[in-house]
Amino acid sequence: MVINKKKENLRLILSKSEKHIVLKTENLSIGYQTKKQQTIIASSINLSVEKGKFIALLGKNGIGKSTLLRTLSKVQKPLEGSIKINQKELSTYTNQELSTSLSLVLTERLPLSQLTVFELIALGRQPYTNWIDKLSPNDLKKILWAIEETEITHLKDKRFYELSDGQLQRVLIARALAQDTEIIILDEPTAHLDIHHTFKVFSLLKKLVEKTGKTIIISTHEINLAIQLADEFILLTEKEIHSGTSKELINQNAFEKLFPKELISFNKTLEQFIIKKN
Amino acid sequence: MNSSNKYTKHFLILSVLLIVFLFLNISLGSVSIPFKDIFKSLTGGIASKDSWQTIIVNFRLPKAITAIMVGSGLSICGLLMQTLFRNPLAGPFVLGISSGASLGVALLILGSSVFGGAFLLAGFSNWALAIAASIGAFLVLSAVIIAANRVRNTMSILIIGLMFGSLTSAVISVLAYFSEAEQIQQYMFWSFGSLGNLTWTELSVFAIIYIIGILSTFAVIKPLNSFLLGENYAKSLGINIKKSRNIILLITSLLTGVITAFSGPIAFVGLAIPHIAKMLFSTSNHKILIPATALIGAIVLLICDSIAQLPTSEFTLPINAITSLFGAPVVIWLLIRKKKIYV
Repeated sequence: MVINKKKENLRLILSKSEKHIVLKTENLSIGYQTKKQQTIIASSINLSVEKGKFIALLGKNGIGKSTLLRTLSKVQKPLEGSIKINQKELSTYTNQELSTSLSLVLTERLPLSQLTVFELIALGRQPYTNWIDKLSPNDLKKILWAIEETEITHLKDKRFYELSDGQLQRVLIARALAQDTEIIILDEPTAHLDIHHTFKVFSLLKKLVEKTGKTIIISTHEINLAIQLADEFILLTEKEIHSGTSKELINQNAFEKLFPKELISFNKTLEQFIIKKN
Repeated sequence: MNSSNKYTKHFLILSVLLIVFLFLNISLGSVSIPFKDIFKSLTGGIASKDSWQTIIVNFRLPKAITAIMVGSGLSICGLLMQTLFRNPLAGPFVLGISSGASLGVALLILGSSVFGGAFLLAGFSNWALAIAASIGAFLVLSAVIIAANRVRNTMSILIIGLMFGSLTSAVISVLAYFSEAEQIQQYMFWSFGSLGNLTWTELSVFAIIYIIGILSTFAVIKPLNSFLLGENYAKSLGINIKKSRNIILLITSLLTGVITAFSGPIAFVGLAIPHIAKMLFSTSNHKILIPATALIGAIVLLICDSIAQLPTSEFTLPINAITSLFGAPVVIWLLIRKKKIYV
């Protein structure tokens, strides 16, 4: 408890000094823009994400979690407002600059190639390699470190298509780690995984945040697990966007608003969603 | 991607094969020349007969060099297209470039009878054909690149290329319908493909463009490797997708254009050789695949050309038929054996 208290105090101090905010959005609107019309998915998003936090983005299917993550990682343009990564406007980053600050783990399937696990992770070093992609001793060191941290040394020489979904997910996380960025964004990293591997991925991410001080943002449907492990939450609901620690959000009854109330409800004491019995 | 050493043996064997088949290719032909004289002639000496010297230096050597450039060039283009589109069925011709070249040549040969006798000469020089093919290839390419920059999806470019291909073939059919038998025959001969008939001047123009194209591929090794993860990952790795895509399209069209211009549309090689290279080397790293594909392409075309000459016969079969006739079964066999096909 004492330690927790210390951490809490530290967090307060940190949140006061601006420079530890790695990601900040102001009045951000996300959605799609075509020539004829604008489809707004969410607007007035004001987030500020501190360094070294494990952040879970929650919301029901189709609410715009992926759109938000795509916008934060510059895959997609915001409709309005600003996104700052390390106090610098995201739109002024070149792909090259951004690649050393932010890395991604996506849900899309990889094209079928003969890449080995090692080669796949080594691709994470591309932002740092020379024009012909030669790995320096430092690159090798980072790659081996990423492989060790994600506990996939035994898979190193396998081809990536031989792996199970759970193994592949850890390899993709290792690739993002090798990219050595302050922020890692993962889009539904546990989508196809069983409960064991889901937990394995979550605890790996938690460990990485604590050990490396990186900021990890994930979108997930594993709410019950996320509540136990993530430091802070971003909740996307139809009407508004909530962010904060689980305690703050429980007090605001924010989790309740995630889903329609007919079938499931949020139990505050269990800190879990439970099925309504009739 | 640092373990290139394990491929040294592969590369050594392929290099030896290339030299062996180069000599074999030059020593075969309608006139039989002793191997000793060929060796002498190629290493800077003079063959014991003047006619032999002329045959080797002015006919067989240019043809062998053409075979090497055509084989390696088309194969590299195929590899680039397969990776860019992440589609194992892509080849240098998917962008409609060869159809463009064909259209240029068709307009020159067939158009002369349709639009009156302005071009009606006894025949067309290689230069006229090459220039017509280049202009055709360039125009279709420009159209494809303009279209490519308007669509975000790389797969759409593939389809746009195929559409341009069928459009140009349709125009050629219409032209052929109104042409005379003689012109159609002449066009047919061009479309059979030919590695011979190039003078040293033509060859040097070909070689300069070829070398520029090949050297440029080294600049896109990094984006090519990142494309193996898909476009979104490539972008997040700091790759400028649009720029890399345009460079790759440009290299492909330059190489395919010049090759088609000088030797006609040669089928099969561009699609199949990259797959043979991927199977032999079992890697997806373009640092290895590009030289491997080039070497195998060169060797295969030398072999095909040697077969096309039908040793000791007066006839030369169309190279385009040989490449498909001997290549397609090889690829089918490889696929059935390995069962998996990679981008």
